[in-house]
Amino acid sequence: MSETNTIPAPVSKATTIEVRLPSRMGFEKVAMATASSVAKLMGFRDDRVDDLKTAVGEACINAIEHGNRLNEVLNVGVQLSVSGDSLEVKVIDDGKGMNKQSGKIATPDIDRKMHGDEAARGMGMFLIQALVDEAEWVAAMDGNSSYVRLVIRLDKEQ
Amino acid sequence: MQSETKARVEQITSPAGDPVFVLHFEGDIASTSKDAVLGTYQALPKETAKRVLLDFTKVDYINSSGIALVIQLLIEASNFGQKVAAFGLSAHFTKVFTMVGITKYAELFATQAEALAGL
Repeated sequence: MSETNTIPAPVSKATTIEVRLPSRMGFEKVAMATASSVAKLMGFRDDRVDDLKTAVGEACINAIEHGNRLNEVLNVGVQLSVSGDSLEVKVIDDGKGMNKQSGKIATPDIDRKMHGDEAARGMGMFLIQALVDEAEWVAAMDGNSSYVRLVIRLDKEQ
Repeated sequence: MQSETKARVEQITSPAGDPVFVLHFEGDIASTSKDAVLGTYQALPKETAKRVLLDFTKVDYINSSGIALVIQLLIEASNFGQKVAAFGLSAHFTKVFTMVGITKYAELFATQAEALAGL
């Protein structure tokens, strides 16, 4: 005699991982390694993992250098949220933020850089926006914190 | 946390018999790499170093500040009339260098042999 039990389908639940970094250059690599591990667990291709690592690294560098102004008393928060086929990463600092939500970041002009008309630096935000599926910069209303939100999605063919 | 940037200079000869200076980098290339990247480049003898190769084979991590150092190197090289090419970048950093336009001023190759032939 056998009995058939109906196993309920797994409930899709968001999973969140959080990391707190000191505001010291180099610690962005901790966030990069964490993001890489999560993306690999989700099944992202290696090239997309590399894209995510660079975007997360640049977001953390901006938070450390510009948001928290290298003040090691302050932390940079990194929240990774897995939901279905997408991975959202928020990088949070104590700065006023740039409030750049949907506008396109200008592509670096290498000719202007080479001629000294544009700083050689200043490519981080461009790389972030170019390497992930969504990027937005959000400033808190109180002016005491801000975050950049990145989203990367599994391609259909993956 | 950041891996120190090491740089080593090697002088080789192109197929045409011209001197070529290869800057072999190792470690991370970030804001702390100024001495290793620009300092090493600036120590090259300007009168003979007309061809320069940048070797990224042993570089795992380059951030936007590191890319800016490479651009500064290219600006100086342009001012001195030097030809610069790079090799050994991963597929990802080849893409990133291309995205920011570096390939307009420094051709990228997979290997030193290819770079030497193409310089």
